[in-house]
Amino acid sequence: MTTPEIRDILLENFDGKIGDYHEFAKSEYQKRYGSYIDVADKEWLRDVCLFLRDDDRLQFNSLLCLSTLDNNDSTLSVVYHLESTILRHVLAMKVTVPVTETEVPSITDVWPHANWHEREGWDMMGIRFVGHPDHRRILLEEDYPGHPLRKDFREPTFYHGMKVPY
Amino acid sequence: MPEIIDSHKIATRALTKEATFRAEKLEPRRVRTEEMLLNMGPQHPSTHGVLRLEVVLDGELVVDVRPHIGYLHRCFEKHTESMTYPQVMPYVDRTDYLASMSSGHGFALAVERMMGIEVPEKVEYIRVLFLELQRIASHLVAIGAYGLDIGAFTPFLYCFELRERIIEMFERTCGARFLYNYMWVGGLSHDLHPTVPELCREFLKESRKAHKEIVDLLTFNKIFVERTGNVGILPADVAIAGGASGPVLRGSGVKWDLRRDDPYSIYDRFDFDIPVGTGLVGAVGDAWDRNWVRVCEWEESMNIIEQVLDTYPYEDTTNVQAAIPKRIKPPAGEIYSRTETPRGEQGYYVVSRDGINPWRVKQRSPAFCNLSLLPHISRGCLVGDLIAIIGSLDFVLGEVDR
Repeated sequence: MTTPEIRDILLENFDGKIGDYHEFAKSEYQKRYGSYIDVADKEWLRDVCLFLRDDDRLQFNSLLCLSTLDNNDSTLSVVYHLESTILRHVLAMKVTVPVTETEVPSITDVWPHANWHEREGWDMMGIRFVGHPDHRRILLEEDYPGHPLRKDFREPTFYHGMKVPY
Repeated sequence: MPEIIDSHKIATRALTKEATFRAEKLEPRRVRTEEMLLNMGPQHPSTHGVLRLEVVLDGELVVDVRPHIGYLHRCFEKHTESMTYPQVMPYVDRTDYLASMSSGHGFALAVERMMGIEVPEKVEYIRVLFLELQRIASHLVAIGAYGLDIGAFTPFLYCFELRERIIEMFERTCGARFLYNYMWVGGLSHDLHPTVPELCREFLKESRKAHKEIVDLLTFNKIFVERTGNVGILPADVAIAGGASGPVLRGSGVKWDLRRDDPYSIYDRFDFDIPVGTGLVGAVGDAWDRNWVRVCEWEESMNIIEQVLDTYPYEDTTNVQAAIPKRIKPPAGEIYSRTETPRGEQGYYVVSRDGINPWRVKQRSPAFCNLSLLPHISRGCLVGDLIAIIGSLDFVLGEVDR
């Protein structure tokens, strides 16, 4: 099933909650793995994910990757790459939130794989995943100032009394 | 006076507490036990790098494991944002340092797919040859070091001797032994060294002998089987939902290999099997199965290499750098590109904004995802088994922490 077909199924069930389809097709592969759909209403994200996982036509049993992205226009995005190992189709979804209010529902209970990726998203991009069971930083120290993968991140001059760069 | 009354109260309370404690002590069934917190690593040889495990123990039983990662974090993803695409390649090599060829190839492929580059057939052949050699080299470290974890020292040396031969071929071709920077976007840094096909055939002979030896000596060794069979069982549904890939997923009996299920390069031309765990000495998905999948994959990789050597275009004089674009600047867009490295599915989420630097690169490293399953499969096992489970996951901390 292609991404537009999956979007049509989603539109039947979540009218107004699903956004546009964006296609990139420099190669066949990019058309399949690079094109994505927007989730317009982030409050519905978890329901959409549950539907994607449990619907017989979709059966997305695996979360491939969860990435975060700074769009440099005061918005941050979370990108979900899903795959059904049973029906052999993939889907990319994007949720965009303003930088002032970076709360996205956690989907750790839908796919446990999201657990560490969401922690990384909080650590690196400062996106708060509401409902995450273990919402801590993962790669950096708990007291690190700021979230390094944001485009406006500046290294602190001092960290724990040490000059940076040393 | 209030103070006196208070202290008196405290004294009586302490007395009664002691009395109850004594009473409990006399009754063996109510022996007070306490959970102990044990820190394993970050400087512990069995954790294969700088991984710290916070283990909650009840006697010798593992109640909970909390992995702490990030000791080897080198800001790979942030670095890429200020590098051009070719400059990213050496950084990619340093993520999965035991399989630099594979991780380099993954990124090169992602950029090629974004730009729509078709690489020459000869380049594809060399790539597959080196990827499979790299897979063997990586699995040799995994199998050997796993034996070392369990207490078998000698097979480790056999494995490293064999791995040395692979590294020799890489060194002759691209000059580096460990971090190659060999796979470039659209091509390769050097042509295949003319002696490699011959060396490769010799290697295959030795390798087949060694494979049998390792299987007899280590894999079906009674002590090894006792230590790893029925330990750390990972059920297939947990593995899929938890994002496991590679030998960890296949060890749970799931026949899933991107070389077959989402073919890239020229893998669809070769005939090879996908070994899965069958619970030969215990339950499906135990530590032994994961190791067994690696041992079998070693043999399958040898079969692929044999086919590559038989069909390699020896007369082809195409320049391996012919398809490399002058200016590597993918059009605006994004991609999630994935390949099967020795550790599993390595994905690159690359976003381009029509510049010479990537806007964002996220590496979905298989070891990171496999390691996140460690708490699920090690609850309730013994401390000694925890070592066996860690070894069977075969993670590289460079890739976990990036």
